[in-house]
Amino acid sequence: MSAKMIEVRWHGRGGQGAKTAALLFAQAVMATGKYIQAFPEYGPERMGAPVQSFNRISDNPITIHSGVTNPNYVVILDPTLMETVNVAEGISKEGKVIVNTSFSAEEIAKQLGIDKSQVFVVNAGQIATETIGKNIPNTPMLGALVKVIGDLDINGVLEDTKNKLSVKFAKKPEVIEGNLTSIKRAYDEVKNS
Amino acid sequence: MIKPVYSKGKLAAKTGNEVMAEAMRQIEPDVVAAYPITPATEIVQIFSQFVADGKVKTEFVAVESEHSAMSATLAASAAGARAMTGTSSQGLCLMWEMLNIAAGLRLPVVMAEVNRAISAPLNIHGDQSDAMGARDTGWIQIYSENSQEAYDNMIQAVKIAEKAKLPAMVTTDGFIISHCMEVVETYPDEDVKKFIGEYKPERYLLDTKRPFTMGSIELQDYYFEHRWQLAQAMRDAKKIAVDVAADFAKTFGRQYDLYEKYKLDDAEIAIVVIGSTAGTAKVVVDELREKGVKAGLLKVRVFRPFPAQDIAKDLAKVKALAVLDRADSCSGTFAPLYSDIASALFANGITSAKVVNYVYGLGGREIAPNHIAEVYDTLGKIAAGTQKPSTDVNYINVRIK
Amino acid sequence: MKKDENVKLTAAQLAIGGLVEAGTGEAFHTGSWRSDRPVWNKDKCINCLTCWISCPDSAIKTAQDEKKGTVVVGIDYDHCKGCGICARECPPKVAALHMEAEKK
Repeated sequence: MSAKMIEVRWHGRGGQGAKTAALLFAQAVMATGKYIQAFPEYGPERMGAPVQSFNRISDNPITIHSGVTNPNYVVILDPTLMETVNVAEGISKEGKVIVNTSFSAEEIAKQLGIDKSQVFVVNAGQIATETIGKNIPNTPMLGALVKVIGDLDINGVLEDTKNKLSVKFAKKPEVIEGNLTSIKRAYDEVKNS
Repeated sequence: MIKPVYSKGKLAAKTGNEVMAEAMRQIEPDVVAAYPITPATEIVQIFSQFVADGKVKTEFVAVESEHSAMSATLAASAAGARAMTGTSSQGLCLMWEMLNIAAGLRLPVVMAEVNRAISAPLNIHGDQSDAMGARDTGWIQIYSENSQEAYDNMIQAVKIAEKAKLPAMVTTDGFIISHCMEVVETYPDEDVKKFIGEYKPERYLLDTKRPFTMGSIELQDYYFEHRWQLAQAMRDAKKIAVDVAADFAKTFGRQYDLYEKYKLDDAEIAIVVIGSTAGTAKVVVDELREKGVKAGLLKVRVFRPFPAQDIAKDLAKVKALAVLDRADSCSGTFAPLYSDIASALFANGITSAKVVNYVYGLGGREIAPNHIAEVYDTLGKIAAGTQKPSTDVNYINVRIK
Repeated sequence: MKKDENVKLTAAQLAIGGLVEAGTGEAFHTGSWRSDRPVWNKDKCINCLTCWISCPDSAIKTAQDEKKGTVVVGIDYDHCKGCGICARECPPKVAALHMEAEKK
């Protein structure tokens, strides 16, 4: 794998928007001028069943079309997945795990058996409830992921998300504003402690 | 930084299915008749929305099976319409009878085909068994490595089919490409429409001034001549596909050929492959080249007609070659692509290369860079004479014992 | 049989896709296959056109009459194969068609 390529794995539950998050994230990152891939893992799709989706990001064209096995970043939309799915599978010592949780990074690191430096936490569910009015953590988790990756342009991501949502929710500006606020808050609130 | 190749091109993040539907919107055929099947459903689902929204003037026929879809599509084509459809796997199997008729009647139907495994066992994931099963039906087959190629191939296929007077299918690997969002450059509607031009069939059934019969019986005295015409049309289609690709490059700036050579010119070991795995293999070739290994790749884009002579010439200097098939033939011997490559080499007097066959990825089974690297590793040993080439089919990433 | 019917067209000469021009049957005289021939009685015929609609070889000849509209004018013996459907379908009360053995 090219050193410059970033690979992301999303863990969620069917219906929670893991696929949508990967697609939204890819579109937003593309808007900042990078090559992207977003693809879901398809299986028997049932509401609530554990699902995964993936992203690749690179400054160069991406030709690889195999699955992502050693992600640089793992995003966990639903913390209860950590009890049944090996969410840390394939991540290296430099790999980062970003969890939607109210627990601390230390507690999560202990549960996953990885170093605390690899764990980032944000209470995306609470942020979503407060900003969007519903517990849909995938949008705020975009902001958290952008922050942890570091070299992505959050303003570009916000701008693209705004454009996308403006089309879909033309008559509900409060939905657009809520989503954007949720991304910003998660970007600011995601922490390694 | 990503940027378009064509001056008026627009970059967008789209899945393979989305861009195939987008190409169909721009082509705006007179008739589309289709039946849904995973993973190709989205293509005609998105397209039918274009019809419902009045974005295209296409007559959309929601039929009750794929057999009917192909029947209606080829009938529309016979009547004089530019006609298209889309399907996958079992759908293509059910079309089998009508696929042969579309070709035999020399109707330039164009189909978006998403490669998926065939039953049984039931599996919805990507492999090329479906299209390989239809490889000798008289359809032009163009396989796509990624979404960009799927889009570009759809546009070119219309022109190739209409010039060759043969039906054409453009394929993507199921889920791997059909459901993978990537950066794709699309061209303005008017430029695409201008490139494909208006469809003006020489003869069509709705031409009441020059009525004719088609599909009549031909026995021992005439059938063979018409089947020879069909086979010859496929041979002639090679030049047509090359010419259309040249036009395409001149218009939109993207270069295509019947097959792609990747670092092949000085390669001592090489892989021949079709579809999305070519992209993964390119990563492996790059890594090997960095280590000084003379590895190369040949990606077959146009599988029917098969560019046997040219491929043989380009593989003449390779010492060890692996042909990777994402379909098994159940023939008791080699898989489809291998058989064509081996006979191409032999018929053209190239016997220097040791050629081995690998079947991989059935039912969407993972094919990762390390699997491909192992193949190159084996080829290195065969080229060096330290390992004997296998005389039977090899399998990648399957539990046998 | 005419001599040139033995000369078959080559693939290069043939229209592609098995396309056959309309009306080629005109020159093919299937009337020579006949063993029985239909005989039409103009005086009995009521021009109901039942024979015309039933004939599988379009061998009932018709014409336009100012008063009666479409009328039967005879039988196309170049193409009639003598199947007898017209004679069978002609209404029994009318009986304007009957079959006779072909004189050979």
